[in-house]
Amino acid sequence: MNNVFVDMPILSVLIWLPILGAVIILAGGSDRDSDGFRSRWIALGVSTVELVLAIALLVAFNPHASGFQFVEIMDWLPAYGVSYHLGIDGISLFFVLLTALLTPVVILASWREDRRVRTYMAAFLLMEALTIGMFESLDFLLFYIFFEGVLIPMYLIIGIWGGERRVHAALKFFLFTLAGSLPMLLALVWMWQHAGTTNMVTLAHMPIPASVQDWLFIAFLASFGVKAAVWPMHIWLPEVYGEAPLPGTVMLAAVLSKMGAYGFLRFSLPMLPEASAYFAPLMFVLGVIAVIYISLAALAQRDIKRMVAYSSAAHMGLIIVGIFTLSIVGIEGALFQMVSHGLVIAALFLCIGVLLSRGQSRMLDQLGGLAARMPVFATFLMLFVLANVGLPGTSGFVGEVLVLAGAIKVNFWVALLTGTGMILSVAYMLVLTRRVLFDTARYSSNVATNDLNGREWLMLAPIAVLVLFLGIYPDVLTVPFSHAVQTLVHETLASGRAVPSGRLAMVTR
Amino acid sequence: MINESGTFSVALPIVAIAASALVMLLAGTLSKRDHAFAITGAAIFVFAIVGRLVFVAPTGVGFHGMLIANGFTRFADILVLLGAIGALVLSASFNQRVGIARFEYPLLVMFAVIGMLVLIGADNLLSLYVGFEIQSLSLYVLAAVARDNLRSAEAGLKYFVLGALSSGLLLYGISLVYGFAGTLDFGGIARAASGATGARLGSMVGLVFVLVGLAFKISAAPFHMWTPDVYEGSPTSVTSFFATAPKVATMALLARVLFIPFGPMLPHWQLLVEIIAALSMIVGAVGAIRQTNIKRLLGYSAVGHMGYALIGIAAGTAAGLRGTLIYIAIYVVMSLGTFGCVAAMSRKGKPVEQIEDLAGMADEDPRYALALAIFMWSMAGIPPLAGFFGKLYVFLAAIHAGLDVLAVIAIATSVIAAFYYLRVIKVMYFDRGAPGFDPRSIGMNVVIYASAIGLVLFIFVPGSVTVASAQAAHVLLGSGF
Repeated sequence: MNNVFVDMPILSVLIWLPILGAVIILAGGSDRDSDGFRSRWIALGVSTVELVLAIALLVAFNPHASGFQFVEIMDWLPAYGVSYHLGIDGISLFFVLLTALLTPVVILASWREDRRVRTYMAAFLLMEALTIGMFESLDFLLFYIFFEGVLIPMYLIIGIWGGERRVHAALKFFLFTLAGSLPMLLALVWMWQHAGTTNMVTLAHMPIPASVQDWLFIAFLASFGVKAAVWPMHIWLPEVYGEAPLPGTVMLAAVLSKMGAYGFLRFSLPMLPEASAYFAPLMFVLGVIAVIYISLAALAQRDIKRMVAYSSAAHMGLIIVGIFTLSIVGIEGALFQMVSHGLVIAALFLCIGVLLSRGQSRMLDQLGGLAARMPVFATFLMLFVLANVGLPGTSGFVGEVLVLAGAIKVNFWVALLTGTGMILSVAYMLVLTRRVLFDTARYSSNVATNDLNGREWLMLAPIAVLVLFLGIYPDVLTVPFSHAVQTLVHETLASGRAVPSGRLAMVTR
Repeated sequence: MINESGTFSVALPIVAIAASALVMLLAGTLSKRDHAFAITGAAIFVFAIVGRLVFVAPTGVGFHGMLIANGFTRFADILVLLGAIGALVLSASFNQRVGIARFEYPLLVMFAVIGMLVLIGADNLLSLYVGFEIQSLSLYVLAAVARDNLRSAEAGLKYFVLGALSSGLLLYGISLVYGFAGTLDFGGIARAASGATGARLGSMVGLVFVLVGLAFKISAAPFHMWTPDVYEGSPTSVTSFFATAPKVATMALLARVLFIPFGPMLPHWQLLVEIIAALSMIVGAVGAIRQTNIKRLLGYSAVGHMGYALIGIAAGTAAGLRGTLIYIAIYVVMSLGTFGCVAAMSRKGKPVEQIEDLAGMADEDPRYALALAIFMWSMAGIPPLAGFFGKLYVFLAAIHAGLDVLAVIAIATSVIAAFYYLRVIKVMYFDRGAPGFDPRSIGMNVVIYASAIGLVLFIFVPGSVTVASAQAAHVLLGSGF
């Protein structure tokens, strides 16, 4: 098996296969209903093959080797030190997998979509390709192209298939993200002309003057912060998550927000170690505010979609705290939480989609008593809610504990306040379950309350199994993480270039 | 250096166009019927042949130092010819539709192109001015070519009055430079500019006027006032020509004038170009926000694009010039495609120009909508489309040359500009409506789809354009310094 994949450029195949699928869908026929059938099946087929390939990648991946694997390198702009350079390590592997898993799931979730099916399916395949490409890139320019290119399909997805205020939401999403990523483009250009290459491995080992690092860090923060919706750069999030079509929200919350967190790990930390240490207290403050303030905001929501959206942003705060502990435990926790959050938030949004497809309302005060009518659905929802609040035995628990363990070493108060935020998440998630599943039924009599059908089982069951499996057997993730994270922490932060303790002193003592 | 045996062969492309234009003029006037379509086809054919002749003409100086041919002029010549061919292809059916299909139209385009080739190859301020006027006079007439149409006539007149003013400024600047430098030859001016302080100071005053005159032609702010009006008033076929070929020619000339005769004065003009670039980007971004007419919007967008292209010149380096050349090359393709889409906007034979008219286009004609969306995203500089690379190279040059403020202004205006480009996409994809446009001609389809495919596939071959423009930039700076 190993040999097959050494010969086959599997990372490129993972990028280009969905693009090919999108082109085939777009090239044939027109947006008539009869084509919807064809487009759906092509999209599902391509994304399933993609998932199989991603699983094969996981199998072939050697978790005990350090450095990047499956590396592909090809000249692209040789005169300027730019190449088509792909590779994965323990950090990026699971985000490729997450994307490959969630794309067929959201395609299943939108099986009933009948408006411009062709464009719709092509947009999702394109997004899958760009997202996977971004996680695989080892060249900064290539990374930027994928990072920003995602805007194109997402703008269309929100704007065409979104809710009432979709046009406004689409524009808001596009302009916020663009305004965030252009400073990164300047940072990229600066590093490019400083190093003469955009190879990320080289850039990570290139010393940059501390004064410049601060500016570059701010530029990266603008771009990754908006994408990851770090407080206060989350202000676009409630409206966009609320208005985007559900499958779009799933991708936004589960995958696109991880792009930001991934960016911090791949760029800010290794390339700007001094600045990362310098700004770590600021990041803690932003993370803690996100956890507490956004959790409180979630508690005040009457719309379940927005409540889950706020919950997603609150958990991103936890991830930010974990990353900037700059410790092995904290970063591993953040990574674990990123994967777990991707699964759980996606599942929660999918559950909301199940309700909406039955004509149920999104408003908490118009739902209730579904546990009796839809027991299977209720079980799934309960499981994901508990995973979201971090109950032991679910994947959410491992990530939270590791992040808190990392944080408490840095600063007691950071850990305490982050932990408090997690308690708040229990509060709003339980409000949600009580209002939706128990309580008296408030929905009008003409909405359907039939339990899950086969397609919905197929969407939710794999995620549920994974959530439990990762909760019980976290080694599956932590072992592959550990090599990459150790390299990251040792090579860049402990090599003497960074002195976290010195500048952190004002906070820790 | 001076290769007198190549006197005529240096001007081979120009002579070829001039000779065939005169023959076609005779044929057009002598024949009873109006053969507009055939003559347009012939003109396209001539341009294609000339595209080959550009490479046949030897590198060297001709007409006693009046004209020059080298790698740089070839690069610009090819872009001008590309723009002219694209505009002519669009005009063939568009002019028939709006009833301005006359054989004079392709001829005027040919004469304008002669002017542009002279302009690009000028190695003397006199030949520069002659080229400038050949181009301008043809363009004035082209703007007013729909002479029964009030708006077209107004556009022509407005363009003529303001253009004459700018020509006057240019000529005044040239005379000042001549007075202080004692020569009109580019090389001579360069020697004078690096010599005595007095000559340098006087030439600086002259340079400001020359710069203003050229800035007017590329519609850089604050000399852009005519652009939205002329873009809107002229027939779309004319506008598509205005937006491409003259911009390339004048930008190439601007680069040559600044880098060769005034190269030694780089510190003096650098700030001036920076200010023009910054103002253009700001005016282009802010001015377009409230436009409802797509041609006016594109007019302001052109102002902004010229600002980005000028960043490279402001950097004053070979990398900067390379950035400008790449930007202009991509800009020509984006503009042609966009104007192809605008030319296709017509109902029952009458052109419509409001952005709202595009509502519902994505449902009715997904291919057209996708193509126009690609042009808009590319103009907004979203990767992986070609427009992004244009911006990337000029940013690279700006950061390299330490023009950080200009780079920050550029990204701020990019965000603002993205807003109005996105509005076009929004109208097509998110709004409901039934455009009911007339079927497109083959020519329009060719221009639209070729440009769209080119912009999408650019990412796979960024090297070829980059290398070509880098060579062109190297030729210019290698011979200048």
